[in-house]
Amino acid sequence: MAGEIKQFLYVNRKAPYGTVYALESLEVVLIGAAFDQDVRLLFMDDGVFQIKKDQNTEASGLKNFSPTYNALGDYDVNKIYVSKESLDERGLTQDDLMPLVYEDEDDDWAEKSSIKIVSADEIRDLMEGSDVVLSF
Amino acid sequence: MPSMDVNGNAVEVDEEGYLADINDWNKEIGSALAVTEEIELTDAHWEVIDFLREYYDEYQIAPAVRVLTKAIGKKLGKDKGNSKYLYELFPYGPAKQACKVGGLPKPTGCI
Amino acid sequence: MLHIVNKSPFEKDSFTSCMHHAAADSTVILIEDGVYAALKGSAVEGDLSKAKVVALSSDVAARGIEGNIADGVDLVDYAGFVDLVTDGNGVQSWV
Repeated sequence: MAGEIKQFLYVNRKAPYGTVYALESLEVVLIGAAFDQDVRLLFMDDGVFQIKKDQNTEASGLKNFSPTYNALGDYDVNKIYVSKESLDERGLTQDDLMPLVYEDEDDDWAEKSSIKIVSADEIRDLMEGSDVVLSF
Repeated sequence: MPSMDVNGNAVEVDEEGYLADINDWNKEIGSALAVTEEIELTDAHWEVIDFLREYYDEYQIAPAVRVLTKAIGKKLGKDKGNSKYLYELFPYGPAKQACKVGGLPKPTGCI
Repeated sequence: MLHIVNKSPFEKDSFTSCMHHAAADSTVILIEDGVYAALKGSAVEGDLSKAKVVALSSDVAARGIEGNIADGVDLVDYAGFVDLVTDGNGVQSWV
């Protein structure tokens, strides 16, 4: 008998390349996905930059790990929340983000968006409603 | 760093025998890596290895075995997208062994 | 004088403070996470007009914001960065 399924919330608040937090978080999420838990990802503050589309690190010599976010759907990580206030403050909209998707097993594998844009109130509810909150 | 001899050329590998630089890889090196895993490569093996390399190219990540199985099933058919088939090809773990032969790093989520 | 800003304006006040103190005829170069200050329509866009602002093209491309840069901000490559530093008017880093 497997243990009780817990709700995990990963809070991502850092830009992707300035520090190692973003990459570390992504790796923990992928490793954690092997366990049967209810996983949600929240991108807020500078964390919204992690899933900005068009990242191209060729000239900078950095490793571009943004394509890996597209694999999250394969790992059954398909509840991805993005702060509307954080996008607004940065002059961004959902169109500026990578179109992260998953295939819905219960709906003939239809491709659906994993991303939900949320308000500060909804973020508060997300945090309050989680059993475990991991901050990066 | 340890190295492996492939037709007279030294190729760098890590302490677990995974290729140090993914860009060094070619089919000859793949065959040599297969020997270290005691695998005799067939077209069926190459099919999985090619799939893994394409997956890595697209997502910059070697998939966990659960993800690999599902994705193979979708791409190559249900008869191949199951653990039994993949473990017959790569007895010591399809993700781990096929990644090694394909010159990819150890899969993320492989504990 | 050349000012260098390498931190996100949404996380640190380096950019805001720099723009508040920089002379109008100085140049501000945004590098690393500092390039996020160049976003069109952001909360700090108004500060961009206070001096000449440029951003390092490779850091802009890495972060995927080439298509989001505010009007009036020019992109420079490493060679252009070196030229600015060696212009001889002094450099200040807003770390």
